[in-house]
Amino acid sequence: MPSRLGVAGLSSPGIEGSRMPLETSGASQPWRRALRMQRLAMAGLFLMNLMAVLPAILVIGMIVFRGLGGLSWNFLTTMPSQGMRAGGILPAIVGTLELVGLTTIFALPMGVLSAIYLTEYARENILTRIVRLAIVNLAGVPSVVYGLFGLGLFVVFCRFGTSLLAGALTLAIMILPVIITASEEALRSVPKSFRDVSLSLGASRWQTIRHAVLPFAIPGIMTGTILGIGRAAGETAPILFTVAAFYLPRLPKSLFDQAMVLPYHLYVISTQIPNIPETQRYGTALVLLLLVLSMNMLAVVLRARFRRKRQW
Amino acid sequence: MVDAAVDVKIAVRDFSVRYGAIEALRSATFDIRLKEILGIIGPANSGKTSLLKSLNRMNETDPAFRHTGTILLDGQDLYRDLGAQQVRRRIGIVFAMPLPLPISIHDNVTYGPRMKGEQDKRSLDELAERSLRDASLWDEVKDRLNLPAMKLSGGQQQRLCIARTLAMRPEVILFDEPCSGLDPISTATVEETMVRLKEQYTMVLVTNNTKQAARVSDRVAFLLMGELVELDRTAVIFTAPSDRRTDDYVTGRFG
Repeated sequence: MPSRLGVAGLSSPGIEGSRMPLETSGASQPWRRALRMQRLAMAGLFLMNLMAVLPAILVIGMIVFRGLGGLSWNFLTTMPSQGMRAGGILPAIVGTLELVGLTTIFALPMGVLSAIYLTEYARENILTRIVRLAIVNLAGVPSVVYGLFGLGLFVVFCRFGTSLLAGALTLAIMILPVIITASEEALRSVPKSFRDVSLSLGASRWQTIRHAVLPFAIPGIMTGTILGIGRAAGETAPILFTVAAFYLPRLPKSLFDQAMVLPYHLYVISTQIPNIPETQRYGTALVLLLLVLSMNMLAVVLRARFRRKRQW
Repeated sequence: MVDAAVDVKIAVRDFSVRYGAIEALRSATFDIRLKEILGIIGPANSGKTSLLKSLNRMNETDPAFRHTGTILLDGQDLYRDLGAQQVRRRIGIVFAMPLPLPISIHDNVTYGPRMKGEQDKRSLDELAERSLRDASLWDEVKDRLNLPAMKLSGGQQQRLCIARTLAMRPEVILFDEPCSGLDPISTATVEETMVRLKEQYTMVLVTNNTKQAARVSDRVAFLLMGELVELDRTAVIFTAPSDRRTDDYVTGRFG
């Protein structure tokens, strides 16, 4: 380690010298040196920033560029045909939306209620600390593990089969930590004085949460939930074993139906079937990207709007 | 200090407060009389607010709070015979900072009654008007009751908080340094309001401002480091206190 640091230290004056030859005359003055260091650091930080943004721009740019040609009203509203080599992706879009909607229905109440319990009722003790630790760890579990878990619990043990229900429950469990964490944060950001005022006016604890805390935490909860759902919408691994149909050119009719979903459909037409026109693949990728991005944008806009409107 | 000849509203007996290892109030015993304004003065950390919040169990929002001794409201033990919600409906509090909820003026005033289950719009409106009139705020806000309460000035917000407490129709109102964030004119309005309310309510006023205690209180209690040093008629406390420490404090020699 020390030797590496030494090398870096030695090389840096060389870089400075070569990049700013005009200023070397004043190098003896310490403030000039400090200024130069500052400029260098700023340039470095800016470069890093650029490198963080660049991939996003490239990915979006490339997919939009290549996918736009495949996008048409027909593509969005018809069934796939000729073994997915032609036709549209309607069932995958509908499947994804239904899956995401169901996931929200399962995950939102459970997540918000858990967060309410953790912030408003639970005393700080070993048990709550274990619960918190579990939530943090759940957030770090690889998504394919959730997929296997969903297969074992919902598909096989609960006998839901490969179905929308099993997939939505699996995704719900996966995004639960996101929703709990976001909700907890939103609840904690409501000033304690609101609770004190409400309690002092003779409200019960639940009334206080319902009327003096929750309404002011909802924007934060919504933002976190949308981000979580956005993540769920783009996941492939958890739905692989629990809901996704390889090729099913009809719309799901019940909770126990399999469904086509965009991420898995994209995987299938990209790797499993030969001779698929590129527009099909990039068109599908573009639709998925737009879906997820619009959710994220919605979250950002909501957050900004509520921040502006916030009065305390 | 204990006087049986007058109507006693609240009787504090041998009451001590601790927060974990810190003792905030040591064995206080005194009475609060019906429809008086009792001022509580004392330097910072003397236990004033702890005492006040013990009177309507608002201390319990702090998990470290422990108490011994009893407080009787009309002869009933606050901590044994009554529930916290019951106590807080009968003994309202106005906090140091104006703390309106970020909802409309009308909804702020009617918050307590609504939580109690009142749903009739007409009677809530009447209650709001009466409470705002009693808090000397009606004329300033009557045309904009649906405006967010946060839009009001600091002084107006504090009177709104008083109105909100009044809407509960409490028997006792506690004031925790209600004017500490207000300008002199707003302070004067709040003080006038308090004096007018004395006809209907028993009040306890904690204040850092000894002059304010002198202006509005009937009797004054002096607290020092968790100990109730002296309680007497306002004139006595400020002109001929029996304890040397009280004299030092009210004449401004410390604190």
